[in-house]
Amino acid sequence: MAVPPTPTQRRSSRTADLVFEWAARLAAIATLLLLAAILLSLVMGAWPAIQAYGLSFLWTSEWDPVQNKYGGLVMIYGTLMTSLVALVIAVPVSFGIALFLTELSPRWLRRPLGVAIELLAAVPSIVYGMWGLLVFGPILAQYVQAPLQAAFGGVPYLGALFSGPPVGIGILAAGIILAIMIIPFIASVMRDVFEVTPPMLKESAYALGATTWEVVFRIVLPYTKAGVIGGIMLGLGRALGETMAVTFVIGNFNQLDSLSLFQAANSITSALANEFAEASEGLHQAALIYLGLVLFFITFVVLALSKLLLSRLQKGEGART
Amino acid sequence: MNTTVLNAAQQARLAKFRGRKRLNAVAITLSMGAMAFGLFWLMWILFETFRLGLGGLSLALFTEMTPPPNAETGGLANAIFGSITMVLLATVLGTPIGVLAGVYLAEYGAHTRLGKLTSFINDILLSAPSIVVGLFVYALIVAQVKSFSGWAGVVALALLIIPVVIRTTDNMLKLVPNALREAAYALGSPKWKVIMGITLRAAQAGVVTGVLLAVARVAGETAPLLFTALSNQFWTSDLSQPMASLPVTIFKFAMSPFENWQKLAWAGVLLITLGVLALNILARVLFRNKN
Amino acid sequence: MQTSPIASNESIKMSVRDLNFYYGKFHAIKNVNLDIPEKKVTAFIGPSGCGKSTLLRTFNRMYELYPDQRAEGKVMMGGENMITSKEDVSLIRARIGMVFQKPTPFPMSIYDNIAYGVKLFENLSASDMDERVEWALGKAALWNEVKDKLNQNGASLSGGQQQRLCIARGIAIKPEVLLLDEPCSALDPLSTAKIEELIAELKKDYTVVIVTHNMQQAARCSDYTAYMYLGDLIEFGATEDLFFKPKRKETEDYITGRFG
Repeated sequence: MAVPPTPTQRRSSRTADLVFEWAARLAAIATLLLLAAILLSLVMGAWPAIQAYGLSFLWTSEWDPVQNKYGGLVMIYGTLMTSLVALVIAVPVSFGIALFLTELSPRWLRRPLGVAIELLAAVPSIVYGMWGLLVFGPILAQYVQAPLQAAFGGVPYLGALFSGPPVGIGILAAGIILAIMIIPFIASVMRDVFEVTPPMLKESAYALGATTWEVVFRIVLPYTKAGVIGGIMLGLGRALGETMAVTFVIGNFNQLDSLSLFQAANSITSALANEFAEASEGLHQAALIYLGLVLFFITFVVLALSKLLLSRLQKGEGART
Repeated sequence: MNTTVLNAAQQARLAKFRGRKRLNAVAITLSMGAMAFGLFWLMWILFETFRLGLGGLSLALFTEMTPPPNAETGGLANAIFGSITMVLLATVLGTPIGVLAGVYLAEYGAHTRLGKLTSFINDILLSAPSIVVGLFVYALIVAQVKSFSGWAGVVALALLIIPVVIRTTDNMLKLVPNALREAAYALGSPKWKVIMGITLRAAQAGVVTGVLLAVARVAGETAPLLFTALSNQFWTSDLSQPMASLPVTIFKFAMSPFENWQKLAWAGVLLITLGVLALNILARVLFRNKN
Repeated sequence: MQTSPIASNESIKMSVRDLNFYYGKFHAIKNVNLDIPEKKVTAFIGPSGCGKSTLLRTFNRMYELYPDQRAEGKVMMGGENMITSKEDVSLIRARIGMVFQKPTPFPMSIYDNIAYGVKLFENLSASDMDERVEWALGKAALWNEVKDKLNQNGASLSGGQQQRLCIARGIAIKPEVLLLDEPCSALDPLSTAKIEELIAELKKDYTVVIVTHNMQQAARCSDYTAYMYLGDLIEFGATEDLFFKPKRKETEDYITGRFG
């Protein structure tokens, strides 16, 4: 039979309660402080470069450590382009995988395939980078880049996209490897939200005589669009911030001579990875940190946009009771 | 449809229907293709990693230090030790903070402004590029102390672990049914005991899984170590010195033109892949057993 | 069941013969034989788990979505067996409309909810589609309540309105038969009454089959009732006959509430 707590017992457990609550609250506040500290230190570190160039840093392409002149356009372009290429490839493929896993696959195959995709997500990016450089690059050069160049070389505009030495590095190579990297993330999220669609909703559509494709594309996808967009943004965030998978194959070339997908280029993360450790304190280092600040800002914007998009979509559907 | 002559409306219906069937068939084929596409890359990458890394696997890998270029012998002992040490310490440092903050989000601050703000900020930290965290720790520690160190690497990794653990702890705690908490309160239990003894205990499989997954993630991270722990050719157990780690060593060796270095890099890549996959499978098994 | 209890001057829309249904190894429906009369309301009643919803879902081959469910036997409509018909299941389902236990508005506007099914099969001009939407909503007694907010999301309606939306959606494709699977179980009494009124109207144009666990509802709404228990069809007859002069003791026990 439980004995009611004595007054001293009650008082001490109340203290314990307070201590515990404040410990938890402090941990949460520490998270806020962390973000503030990161922003502050980035701005402080980048300050010499911000003072020297201001916003023109974003569209100047000259990057010359010898003459101490810096502009971030090449890296920013590389980051954005590789992520774009990655998304263009990854989103449809992920959707196809999620469709397969939820509607088409025989039941006994679902678990193993799902696990296989999730394991792909766990592989560290340095594996992708190394594999990309030493295995994939040469094959890309021989079987994809060379034929593409032969086919489109003479065509105006399109040809420019495929010009340059086809040696298996550059924006296309990095974009493809990034795509392979982010497919598991996006596909897992899509699969998870497709799976929790109420069966009765899908049955209502089937009962009208809809085909599988129509049910998934017109009913399940709109129903799950919040989760789907979240998943895509997650993949985009990873692609933008990815260092190793890109550094190995992007080519580390700090000039933007052409818009070719085959040309060696640079991204913010690979510039940092290659140059920061040896960068002389002063403008070079500050310029690199400025790049880091820009990248952080880009990923923040992507996150904020996705939250905004979601709330706008939910509002635009009409008032919900 | 067993009439021999169909009128115009019926013909239109049939034609439309055939078009829809075709679209459905195309979509299904493409979906299967996408699945095969995804599996293909996984197989290929794993296959190549095993093929190229297996040859470099030997006892020497674990007993000998990283060699100079073109040397006859050598291993990855200092890199392996460095990785394990830094990851372990980062986990010890980051997990309690992450779990506590997750507890705050789920049990105290679920509807408060601080709670919502923290959750949002945590999302930002989760999606922050790991190299930016490396820059931050560089400015915070390395630049002040004027030297790269293992401790800086530990802090960088811990900062990557914390947001992941916060998110998973928060999610797992929120899954615990309220009836369980109410039963504990009904017995007269104080709040902190309810959380520590009942709620956290009920969610522990999920929380541990979250920690394991966070560890698996940082074990393969290169970028945050590049300018914090840097690297070290020699063995050191002194964390105030630059410390070797598997990912950074692999990065250096793989980008080089030296064959012995490249061979070691593949072996290292194989090790990391095996380790990370093992952690993931362990996390899975743990979660399934407890459920 | 041997002699058909359906009056000789009424035509039969669907005939079920020797129907058996299995969930894996579980024999859920055992040798059911009955006729569904045209343009009347037929109710399936019985305690939970008796197979009434299962029976309903064989009519439009809903079970095909789930690999371990199968049906054997005959469900005849228009001279063809729906179960073994070579015709594509989408076309079969287009002839049979279904409304489910919980309202399931699609994540789109009210207008698009109705138009969705129509667009699958017909290419209507914008004005024709407007007409069809208005007609369907009118038939479901919903038009006046939503005519000014056709662009709002279907989920913005009340529960009873959502269910009428689902009925309108099913009617819009002009099926021959309407299947209602416990349509009022998630609704309040007022909405239930509205839907029962609607059913009385609908049977003028459609053959309606309704599954309900509410005996009084069956007594109020239907012309014919089938009582099922543990997968067997115990009795089938005109509603008045079944409720006031049941032929089998099991039926009488259920109706008088001796078990639930």
